[in-house]
Amino acid sequence: MKKKFDPAQNYKKTRKLVEYIPRKKAKPLVYNKLGFKSGLEVHQQLKTKEKLFCHCPVGIYQDFEDFDAELIRHMRPTLSEMGTYDGTALMEFKTRKNITYRIKNRTTCTYEVDDTPPFPINREALDFAIEISLLLKQNIVGELHITRKQYLDGSIPTGFQRTAIVGIEGEIPLRNKKVRIIQLSIEEDSCREVSDIGHERIYTTDRLGIPLIETVTYPDMKTPDEVMEAGHYIRFLNRSSGKVRVGIGAGRQDVNVSIKGGTRVEIKGVSHINRIPELTHNEAFRQKALLEIKRELLKRIDSTKKWKPVFKIINFDVSDIQYSPINEAMEKNYKLVAVNLPDFKGILSFFLQPGKTFADEIIGRLKVIACLEKPNVIHSEDMNAVFDKALLEKRSNLIGSKDNDAQIVFWSSEDDIQTAMETIEERCRMAFEGVPNETRKALEDGTTIFERVLPGADRMYPDTDSAPIPIEDKHIENIRKKLPLDLKERLSQLKKWKIPEDTYHYILRNNLMSIIEKIINDFSEKPVFVSTLFGHTLKHIEGQFESTGEFDYNMVYDLFRFIKSRKLQKEILGEMLPELYQHPQMEFASILNTIGFEEIKPEDIFGNLVSLSNMFGQIKRSNSANAEKKWIMGNLRQIAIGNISLSVLEKEVEKTLSKKEMQK
Amino acid sequence: MIDIFKGYKGKALSVLKQFNIRVWCDAHIKTTRGDFSGIILPRAENDDKNHIVLKLKTGYNVGINVKNITEIKELGYKEAHYKIPEKEFPFTEGKANIKLFGTGGTIASRLDYRTGAVIPAFSPGELYGAVPELADICNLETEKLFAVFSENMGPEQYKKLAIAIGNEIKKGVDGIVIGHGTDTLHHTAAAISYMVQNSPVPIVLVGSQRSSDRPSSDAALNLIHAATTAAESDIAEVVVCMFGPTSDEYGLLHQGTRVRKMHSSYRSTFRTIGDVPIARVTRDKITPIKEDYNRRRKDNKVDILPYFEEKVGMIYYYPNMQPDMIYSMIDNGYKGIVIAGTGLGHVNKPLYPAIRKCKEKGIPVYMTVQTLWGYVHMFVYDTGRDLMSYGVIPAGNMLPEVAYVKLGWALGQTSDIDKVKEIMMTPISNDITKREPYNGYLVYQGGIPEVEEFIRKVHK
Repeated sequence: MKKKFDPAQNYKKTRKLVEYIPRKKAKPLVYNKLGFKSGLEVHQQLKTKEKLFCHCPVGIYQDFEDFDAELIRHMRPTLSEMGTYDGTALMEFKTRKNITYRIKNRTTCTYEVDDTPPFPINREALDFAIEISLLLKQNIVGELHITRKQYLDGSIPTGFQRTAIVGIEGEIPLRNKKVRIIQLSIEEDSCREVSDIGHERIYTTDRLGIPLIETVTYPDMKTPDEVMEAGHYIRFLNRSSGKVRVGIGAGRQDVNVSIKGGTRVEIKGVSHINRIPELTHNEAFRQKALLEIKRELLKRIDSTKKWKPVFKIINFDVSDIQYSPINEAMEKNYKLVAVNLPDFKGILSFFLQPGKTFADEIIGRLKVIACLEKPNVIHSEDMNAVFDKALLEKRSNLIGSKDNDAQIVFWSSEDDIQTAMETIEERCRMAFEGVPNETRKALEDGTTIFERVLPGADRMYPDTDSAPIPIEDKHIENIRKKLPLDLKERLSQLKKWKIPEDTYHYILRNNLMSIIEKIINDFSEKPVFVSTLFGHTLKHIEGQFESTGEFDYNMVYDLFRFIKSRKLQKEILGEMLPELYQHPQMEFASILNTIGFEEIKPEDIFGNLVSLSNMFGQIKRSNSANAEKKWIMGNLRQIAIGNISLSVLEKEVEKTLSKKEMQK
Repeated sequence: MIDIFKGYKGKALSVLKQFNIRVWCDAHIKTTRGDFSGIILPRAENDDKNHIVLKLKTGYNVGINVKNITEIKELGYKEAHYKIPEKEFPFTEGKANIKLFGTGGTIASRLDYRTGAVIPAFSPGELYGAVPELADICNLETEKLFAVFSENMGPEQYKKLAIAIGNEIKKGVDGIVIGHGTDTLHHTAAAISYMVQNSPVPIVLVGSQRSSDRPSSDAALNLIHAATTAAESDIAEVVVCMFGPTSDEYGLLHQGTRVRKMHSSYRSTFRTIGDVPIARVTRDKITPIKEDYNRRRKDNKVDILPYFEEKVGMIYYYPNMQPDMIYSMIDNGYKGIVIAGTGLGHVNKPLYPAIRKCKEKGIPVYMTVQTLWGYVHMFVYDTGRDLMSYGVIPAGNMLPEVAYVKLGWALGQTSDIDKVKEIMMTPISNDITKREPYNGYLVYQGGIPEVEEFIRKVHK
């Protein structure tokens, strides 16, 4: 290498080339120029008592280390119904994983571990799904066909997920447009992953089999914010049915993103909708960067068909290398393989995502496909080189490297070398094509890593264990009669109430419309008061305190009834709610004691006014009447709250003060 | 004639005809529930007459009730050619030559739209496409003898199979594998144990509890274990090779006369009853558990005894059983009866006259136990002694199904009931054992702390 190559400089240069800008600075026009397109798959667990195809209880989770037994399986690809193998399936077979399932007798039976055929589908779940499908204004199928969707990663012990389409088409309104829905399916949830190291992957089966629905939109969203908006809408709509589970992991999103010239890439398992914009933004630019790489490589390489990396197992004389992963690999008797990538100089450190380069694409695939644990490579364009570059350069001569090439060194057990070499070559070749079709995993920082090849329709297979289930017109009509208010109508209702817009999200998210409506009607309360009590006061309390029991929003209704029956003024709610939230099992009367409430007649409270005013006269620091009023109110607040409305008290104070004024 | 309306009948068929629509066409369907587009699939024969099956672009199937259909338009045509990739099974010099007989199990399979069931793939090429590991183990030849479900296997098939095995052995094959449905795998295993004796090579029966159309199927691994056993083991016995635990870990080789299917759906459903299995098998090696089995020989000698009397029956005794059950067997010309009795081998008094009648008619009656584990002991209680005096013969610890097969086989050879008794009571392939080892009976009870500790550590 003649010229010094600076990977950090190259990263910056290529980031500029890609015209990457942070999301906060990106205007809609930026996405328009990219040809940004995105669709959503929203997964939502249903609030049933039992799992979808067996009678195990739902919603009981255990610690990863808490299990009654373990069992081991391997997955093999099978033919799809159309007679082909699915690409993902083959890739996953290549990884040769030992999959261990940890089971707990309480939450898992022989169905989940594929030792008993499915029981008839959970009708409660099916009805919930039909209800939500109707809310989406879908075409409900005439007959439900249980289909097997293959997953060879082991996340389901059968090797497939049982799933069925309930409805197709439909639409949801966003602020400025409509988003079309492709389909809604009902399916069983998968296992939770405990760990995935080398060839050993461990799952726990508690979540496995929980009924969930998946709502899939067309790629109608044209900006990251629209994707988020659609996500929220579907989430709210699901929750408006009151038939879905809430809480961590009960709702998850997969987001599909493509740009002009790019490919559909699926970002899987986004648990927070608010993280969607950052993820989709970065994915759009990752695709743009990959297109730039393609352009650059095609400029350099005349015949991509003839392009070939050079692999060489290098002898383990690494005494001059002080790098623990390599030293450990040596102890394990691993082989060290040097790879020369002709004409790839500047590509490995090419910007793809904030803090990530093309090398990370190779690293990610080596981990997933060849089971090489990270760190699994060193390469010629490491931004933080782990040891003296000269050492690598010295060895690069061994594989006939030229100045325009890039080098990788990986270490692996003998068994995995072949797959690793194929993986590296395959990923580099994909760079000639642009953006590979793949599923990526969302990370906390808004970037993504390779998860697997994007599965196609080829992995669908009819479930020969289940007969089709007819869905009669009459049955649909019965469900339709009991439908909750449409989300669109809910939004217009919220507007009619003239309540602060910043409470909408909280109210819809927690499906509080019907409770609020009941409180307004039954206790003649003003919508603004009730909605802010929830959307401001309670929201604040939830952020502030921990609940020791199972707080339920219906308790607020009961609380209203309680204070009405005790003829207490509603200001007391603000005092009682924090207690109620923290100790939901506490009786309302006890809460009154806890907050130090005493029943005092209004006249007794008013009786203090004159003497308080006199006292203020002695200690006052300001002459303003307002200061005096405030001071008196402050003194009486504690005993007044609940006994008289503070506005009545205020008027009474004003009256007293003005009387006093007149007497002067 | 090509059937363009595969599986459709009744109303659904007439709607397809009305709109001039065939199976495998890409269609757009207007219905009162909205529009649907996709490929029209064949319909399983047992499904109702009211729905059309459509494969959507996303790969999902849905059914549409024909009464809601207002219009169907054909947009194109795409017939699926469903084929397991076939690659020529490679021949490797020096590897054992194995013959695989097919009887209709689901080692590798594809879907049959007519019935919704799976069709086995079977040729060596197809098997190699599905389980390429087989080529590392042996040279394989296959022959499809029948294509029947396990429950339809019977005397005729046993005999044909025995003769076919005999022919292969005489030709010098190194091992036999028999693919078989699991439901009656142990009946066939017993039949072959009697009909093929003194085999110089392993005869391995194998099946799968999860059909091979699913990624988690046990079929491939069972087949690998079976081929390994047939090719490499020195166990020249008729054995059943199926999963040991439900985990993908090892297979067990069960003696053909001592094995039974013990769970309707578990992978680890086969168990040796009243003894321990002959060996454990993994992809890499065979580890014997017992020592007293017949060793592989170099010669091609084998005794084929393909006999079976079909008029043999078995009665599973229950309290309040009426003697007419047995009278009807006598009236229908049954030549031998096996009873699975309670406890040590008992039936109630009302049956006595019918049993006496059997003796008069020269119909041998053999007693086995429905507890499966343990011996018939007819001297312990009066009932047992009474029954023996009426001619009932205790069959030791022979499993009821095994006794049934053996009686059919014995009566197929002779009608002299003394000779039949001699055949019945002479142990063959450990169908009756002299002793039951302490670890021959293990049905652990869940919930017991030490058992829970065990299953937490050891894969069941």
